[in-house]
Amino acid sequence: MSETTPQAPVLEAPNASGAPANAGLEVVGLRVAVEGKPILEGVDLHVPVGQVHVLMGPNGSGKSTLAYSLMGHPKYLVTGGTARFDGQDLLALTPDRRAQLGLFLSFQNPIAIPGVTTVNFLRAALRAQGKELPAREFIARLGEEMTALRMDPSFRSRYINDGFSGGEKKRAEILQMAMLAPRLAILDEPDSGLDVDALRIVADGVTRVMEESQGRMGVLLITHYYRILENLAPDRVHIMHQGRIVDSGGPELAHVIEREGYDPYMTTTSPAGPEG
Amino acid sequence: MTVQARDLTKDYQYGFHDADVSVFRTEKGISPEVVAAISDHKQEPEWMLKFRLKALDHFFKRPMPNWGADLSGIDFDNIYYYIKPVDEMGRSWDDVPDSIRNTFDRLGIPEAERNFLAGVSAQYDSEVVYHSIRADLEKLGVLFSDCDTGLRDHEEIFKRYFGTVIPPNDNKFAALNSAVWSGGSFVYVPKGVRVEIPLQAYFRINSDNMGQFERTLIIADEGSYVHYIEGCTAPTYSNDSLHAAVVEIIAERGAHVRYTTIQNWSDNVYNLVTKRAIAKENATVEWIDGNLGSKVTMKYPSIYLMGEGAHGEVLSAAFAGNGQHQDAGSKCIHVAPNTTSNVVSRSISKGRGRTSYRGHIKVLPKATNVKANVRCDALLLDEESRSDTYPYMDIENPDVTFGHEATVSKVGEDQIFYLQSRGIDEQQATALIVNGFFEPFVKELPMEYAVELNRLLALSMEGSIG
Repeated sequence: MSETTPQAPVLEAPNASGAPANAGLEVVGLRVAVEGKPILEGVDLHVPVGQVHVLMGPNGSGKSTLAYSLMGHPKYLVTGGTARFDGQDLLALTPDRRAQLGLFLSFQNPIAIPGVTTVNFLRAALRAQGKELPAREFIARLGEEMTALRMDPSFRSRYINDGFSGGEKKRAEILQMAMLAPRLAILDEPDSGLDVDALRIVADGVTRVMEESQGRMGVLLITHYYRILENLAPDRVHIMHQGRIVDSGGPELAHVIEREGYDPYMTTTSPAGPEG
Repeated sequence: MTVQARDLTKDYQYGFHDADVSVFRTEKGISPEVVAAISDHKQEPEWMLKFRLKALDHFFKRPMPNWGADLSGIDFDNIYYYIKPVDEMGRSWDDVPDSIRNTFDRLGIPEAERNFLAGVSAQYDSEVVYHSIRADLEKLGVLFSDCDTGLRDHEEIFKRYFGTVIPPNDNKFAALNSAVWSGGSFVYVPKGVRVEIPLQAYFRINSDNMGQFERTLIIADEGSYVHYIEGCTAPTYSNDSLHAAVVEIIAERGAHVRYTTIQNWSDNVYNLVTKRAIAKENATVEWIDGNLGSKVTMKYPSIYLMGEGAHGEVLSAAFAGNGQHQDAGSKCIHVAPNTTSNVVSRSISKGRGRTSYRGHIKVLPKATNVKANVRCDALLLDEESRSDTYPYMDIENPDVTFGHEATVSKVGEDQIFYLQSRGIDEQQATALIVNGFFEPFVKELPMEYAVELNRLLALSMEGSIG
């Protein structure tokens, strides 16, 4: 077994295609309330490893709530349903345990930790996940990833997200993803507020990390924009509305949304309507 | 889960104590007879005995300060004011009795001395038991000894400065120190000499019901530089101990003095210390003041900017765990024109711990073109912890640039979640946030101390999560 490429834990016998039957993220009937208010009303979603799934939907439909809930933010109270990763019950775990299992969340608004340098932050995270590298190797890898993301070397000693511009924060999130090599990356609007060049750098970053993972990383990408999908071809597109997945399809679904917007879903689905 | 005050002591690794090997102690309690016995035992000149007795008079007359932390637990009659641990001070660690040497070994002092210090002084209860200074510094005329030796061997210079920065009647605890002082450090750096490697004094209380009253006098002559570091620990006893030090610094024209403290007393120690510096023309004085331990600390390092162009800097960090009250701060008194001061204070409260920032900026009428800046930030780790800010300002000259900023914040749920989402557990996440908050302080410490401080903070964080 190679020392540097973590192997997917095989919890059940592989099926014909070689992957475990329950590999990846499986969400069934997930209900979540925030401060007593129901937001997710029964979400069903399956993101197999190695695939890119896109989650779109109007503002307030529950996309970020799903992201935070899957990562385990204490403010998001699960009131029903299940969420499993490679067959393991996520909902019973603290956020750090979920991360150690291979989940990663790229925050829409990354949080500043003043006084903690990016390099120390990354080192602490790698250590916590049992992925610590020898110092020289770590610095070399960090340098490579930062170059690829066109980040200035001074970023290493800047306090994480403290005084970063919007674009710098997005890149720093992708940098963390690259260093931590997760098995499921939930990217909550990694493209918001970026210009065309920055968008390409971020999208290329995600693509590169996926390639490096050799099919072991899945992506759940939450976005409002179609442009990022030109750089990052999705396997599936899901539409969320009023706390449910109301439609799923291939990449072409994103183009339908681009042309027609969400209006068709607004009229055809009501709280009493059929589940997506 | 609520962590009780005593739980903290489980994390305090310096709470051990040695068997009593002392060779002399005064009876419990304070009186002119006790003061005379100390002076007599030290075979001091007559003027010092008079100085002590006069100071004792001030001590008796002054009321207990009631404006700060709760001092009602101090029982002056139940304290030993002088305990002499050994007959002779050692110039080599081999000269120090085994039990005492073991203590300093456990504290890592001899190792630090070998690796990165220019001189070391180790005080155990009332006396300095070990002392060293590098020969090259001695040749340059640098004096570094305990204060008693300073008085005995360099009486002329000692007498010229002693008690001039902090007079015996300054406050009740300065008066007490002036009456019963023993040990501490005497430092003299000659004109133009730069001591590039730090000198360190280490203060250890070993005995129960002990009062430690070291006295430190640092004189940096014109154009000189010195960095002095003090550290302190004590055993954990159920009875309270008292530490009331006086530190006087004189920075002559163009001199630069940095004084670093890492205070880590056990949580049964009242730490009531008076520290003051005089900065003359173009001199710089920096207090780097870290308070982690003690039951109660009241300490406000001060700088009197007496000469034109003088600069003062106070950088402090305080951590108050359950049952601790860190009442700390600073004073900058601008007497001369074109003087500048900068105060940065960071404090963290945990459990029922309490921090107070008490600061005083004074600009006298003749001090034109003064720049003064104060920034204090407090971090609360939970609902029970408390922090207060008491800034006082007396600006008697309109030609001043003055800035003041104070914040109180809580460790955010979102910060913890962000770190957890990277695999870091809640306790580690809190420790990282705390270390980050203290970063402006820690980055001013020599590397070895920075590592030690971060380790101590991590220990203090253990058990903080319910």
